[in-house]
Amino acid sequence: MRKVRPREDLCSGPLSFSSGILALEIAMGDWMTVTDRGLSSESKTISQYTSEIKMSPSSLYSQQVLCSSIPLSKNVHSFFSAFCTEDNIEQSISYLDQELTTFGFPSLYEESKGKETKRELNIVAVLNCMNELLVLQRKNLLAQENVETQNLKLGSDMDHLQSCYSKLKEQLETSRREMIGLQERDRQLQCKNRNLHQLLKNEKDEVQKLQNIIASRATQYNHDMKRKEREYNKLKERLHQLVMNKKDKKIAMDILNYVGRADGKRGSWRTGKTEARNEDEMYKILLNDYEYRQKQILMENAELKKVLQQMKKEMISLLSPQKKKPRERVDDSTGTVISDVEEDAGELSRESMWDLSCETVREQLTNSIRKQWRILKSHVEKLDNQVSKVHLEGFNDEDVISRQDHEQETEKLELEIQQCKEMIKTQQQLLQRKAFEEERASWLKQQFLNMTTFDHQNSENVKLFSAFSGSSDRDNLIVHSRQPQKKPHSVSNGSPVCMSKLTKSLPASPSTSDFCQTRSCLSEHSSINVLNITPEEIKPNQVGGECTNQKWSVASRPGSQEGCYSGCSLTYTNSHVEKDDLP
Amino acid sequence: MVYLSPVYVADMCILPRPRSPSPHLPASELRAQASCVQYRLVVRDVNTLQILQLYTCLDQIQHIEWSADSLFILCAMYKRGLVQVWSLEQPEWHCKIDEGSAGLVASCWSPDGRHILNTTEFHLRITVWSLCTKSVSYIKYPKACPQGITFTRDGRYMALAERRDCKDYVSIFVCSDWQLLRHFDTDTQDLTGIEWAPNGCVLAVWDTCLEYKILLYSLDGRLLSAYSAYEWSLGIKSVAWSPSSQFLAVGSYDGKVRILNHVTWKMITEFGHPATINNPKIVVYKEAEKSLQLGLGCLSFPPPGAGAGPLLSSESKYEIASVPVSLQTLKPVTDRANPKIGIGMLAFSPDSYFLATRNDNIPNAVWVWDIQKLRLFAVLEQLSPVRTFQWDPQQPRLAICTGGSRLYLWSPAGCMSVQVPGEGDFAVLSLCWHLSGDSMALLSKDHVCLCFLETEAAVSTACRQLGGHT
Repeated sequence: MRKVRPREDLCSGPLSFSSGILALEIAMGDWMTVTDRGLSSESKTISQYTSEIKMSPSSLYSQQVLCSSIPLSKNVHSFFSAFCTEDNIEQSISYLDQELTTFGFPSLYEESKGKETKRELNIVAVLNCMNELLVLQRKNLLAQENVETQNLKLGSDMDHLQSCYSKLKEQLETSRREMIGLQERDRQLQCKNRNLHQLLKNEKDEVQKLQNIIASRATQYNHDMKRKEREYNKLKERLHQLVMNKKDKKIAMDILNYVGRADGKRGSWRTGKTEARNEDEMYKILLNDYEYRQKQILMENAELKKVLQQMKKEMISLLSPQKKKPRERVDDSTGTVISDVEEDAGELSRESMWDLSCETVREQLTNSIRKQWRILKSHVEKLDNQVSKVHLEGFNDEDVISRQDHEQETEKLELEIQQCKEMIKTQQQLLQRKAFEEERASWLKQQFLNMTTFDHQNSENVKLFSAFSGSSDRDNLIVHSRQPQKKPHSVSNGSPVCMSKLTKSLPASPSTSDFCQTRSCLSEHSSINVLNITPEEIKPNQVGGECTNQKWSVASRPGSQEGCYSGCSLTYTNSHVEKDDLP
Repeated sequence: MVYLSPVYVADMCILPRPRSPSPHLPASELRAQASCVQYRLVVRDVNTLQILQLYTCLDQIQHIEWSADSLFILCAMYKRGLVQVWSLEQPEWHCKIDEGSAGLVASCWSPDGRHILNTTEFHLRITVWSLCTKSVSYIKYPKACPQGITFTRDGRYMALAERRDCKDYVSIFVCSDWQLLRHFDTDTQDLTGIEWAPNGCVLAVWDTCLEYKILLYSLDGRLLSAYSAYEWSLGIKSVAWSPSSQFLAVGSYDGKVRILNHVTWKMITEFGHPATINNPKIVVYKEAEKSLQLGLGCLSFPPPGAGAGPLLSSESKYEIASVPVSLQTLKPVTDRANPKIGIGMLAFSPDSYFLATRNDNIPNAVWVWDIQKLRLFAVLEQLSPVRTFQWDPQQPRLAICTGGSRLYLWSPAGCMSVQVPGEGDFAVLSLCWHLSGDSMALLSKDHVCLCFLETEAAVSTACRQLGGHT
């Protein structure tokens, strides 16, 4: 393709190609296209062809190469010899001249000087003509060959296409058959579905029918029962009349003497007064019950309020240490709400408010709690996101990093830390010496020069250390994001037992947040005051963080599992003990 | 420490169990225990079994009951339509009530211990006889149903189920003068039971088992709430109030207990009784028949010189089964009335912390539920079907009998089984706790055995007393 285009440009102008030929050109080789062009041009006009030859020497060259490469067949020679004999040279020449001129070749004869003079044969023209003819012949042969190969190709293409066609036809047939099969299946399934629907409907109808039957039977049964009960009542009434109204002398109580009432009081006659008294008493009892219940509810309310208050306080204390940080970070979402926390803190100081239970206060309270809860929630969510992000990042890396690599890396880092430590130590020593030496700087020039080299080292150390501190900062970030995430968890856990245990094991929740803050401060200033912070300072903190983590895991267990589990095991052991006690 | 008295013959035995401890009678005085043999009523000391009084009735006694203040005992002879009342303080005092041709099917004390309520045959009426005055009150149209009469715990009010014109009614009477306080119809098809809440302010009314329906009425007759868990299939089988009046447990034929609360009267939770227990937190005690060597436990008992046989090493003991446990189930016969399915027995512990239940198609198991946490706490699977169980009135301790010769005790600490000594098998058919929770009476068909659950000191003194007596 690329090669064809310049040639096209070269041959542009009089040449015009049909798209079919162009396609063929592309399919065939480079040199062939050239001859093709020649061929096509030839088929149109020879003058053009000649002009083309003149225009493109390269193509001429290639043609010449072709001519030399393919020898002429012997048949051609023999044909020529048969055509011309010793006798008919003149006629043959004139015939050929005639023929050639009709084809546009130059005449074989020299240009006549006079009309009557016999024209002389121009050998040069003859030779030229012959050459031209030979070239033409060669070209034609080549073209024929091309056409033949083309034909073959097209034939094979045709075959291929035909086979493709038949294959596709077959495919079409099979898919058609498949489609018919699927359609059939679909139809069957639809039929089945319809049947099932019908069945379901029948079942539903059946259920409805049965329910109706049950209902009707029930009503019938009730009706019958009522009838029978009425009869029974009639009988009872009759029996009552017969038995009770007969003044059965037997129905009597035979008692030695009446005894005193259990309450020691005397019996009173039934009057309207007693009725009223009974009513009063009943309502008194009901009232007492309601009062008792109200009292209980009030107590419960008070307890809940207390819990709420405590929760609020804890929330505030939990949120307030962090409120500086978000502001520093210009986190507007939390920054704006935190001012409310301060307001609430002020509000909270009015403890008397808690005893009121009027609507407005309740609303205020719930609103503030809700607000704080929202802050807490967003905070926790943020932390969760951070954690997940960190986790994800870590995960992506760790996806490929094996445990061994990880360990190696940590080892390397530890080594680095060790080196840094040593470096700093020596540095400090050197600094001290430097101070000492500065006093006598004049006589210890050599040492001083050493010091300057050390200073160079120093600056390197600074870089190194800042890199280290950067990594520690990241660590800190992780630790920091972990810590507060757990704190809300403890709050949400809510059970006072858990809380108390937590506070026992941890120094107290706010202090951990303080710890986080100091950590972050450290990391922020670490790059500036490198020398103030030694790895020893950082490491214990990290260790401390781990420790708290461990503590946490211990503390969290009782809240989640032990509560029931230990109780269970207790009963187990107890039951064993009990059984042992049994003889 | 469990300690058992010798077995003695008795058709029936009752321990004083007043509905509310009488104000002028300390619990320590409730020492008498009444039993009857044929037409004789024997009153013994609970601790020493010494016979305190002996009364002779006119016919074979069919029912005995202590008055609430434990001063009187009524003996009912339903066949003769007779009730005889005896006084513990005055042995010569006597009282005989004859219902004559009206007949007698039930007799009970009123909470004040000075009135007797007699139900005539065919539930024609209830006659209220007073021991203080000549007055006799009649209540017409009482409904013949399993639990148609209930008194509040303070003894102030009585609720009575009635049936008039094919409709259910409830009448609330003031017990002091038998005045009708409230009378209202209930929205029930065929009322089956009524029960006061222990605080005496709410009355639970439930319908026949054909329909799941429970109604709650205030003391003044207002309908507080109605609850129905499902339709069509058989409904309520048993109902129990928690002693705190806070919960109402409703056991039904679907094998579930539903707990209603006292504020909204809606269901808090439902306890299913599946045949397999998968939760590892639940302790499943399985009774196992095993011959046990006489252990060290025996040596700690008082010497066998005392007349009472100390507890011998029992052949059955409890094993803690590891989950999952599948309990023995009974295939209910569906073509018979009163199928053996559903929650037939329900009882709250006195502190309202536990609920014991029995699912009738898993008859060997007793389920103990933790009401504080609203979950299953323990399951006891016995070797034979549980006949009855009763909570200790003083502490969360459950006594169970299965009709065998053993008594089973459960407490949150564990389980134990006690063999009742004696020749032949003493089939414990029912049991009855003493109010103090120190002892209980175990009843077989015609024998009684007292069971003491006391401190060692108390047992030894009891033994000494017994030894002196025999």
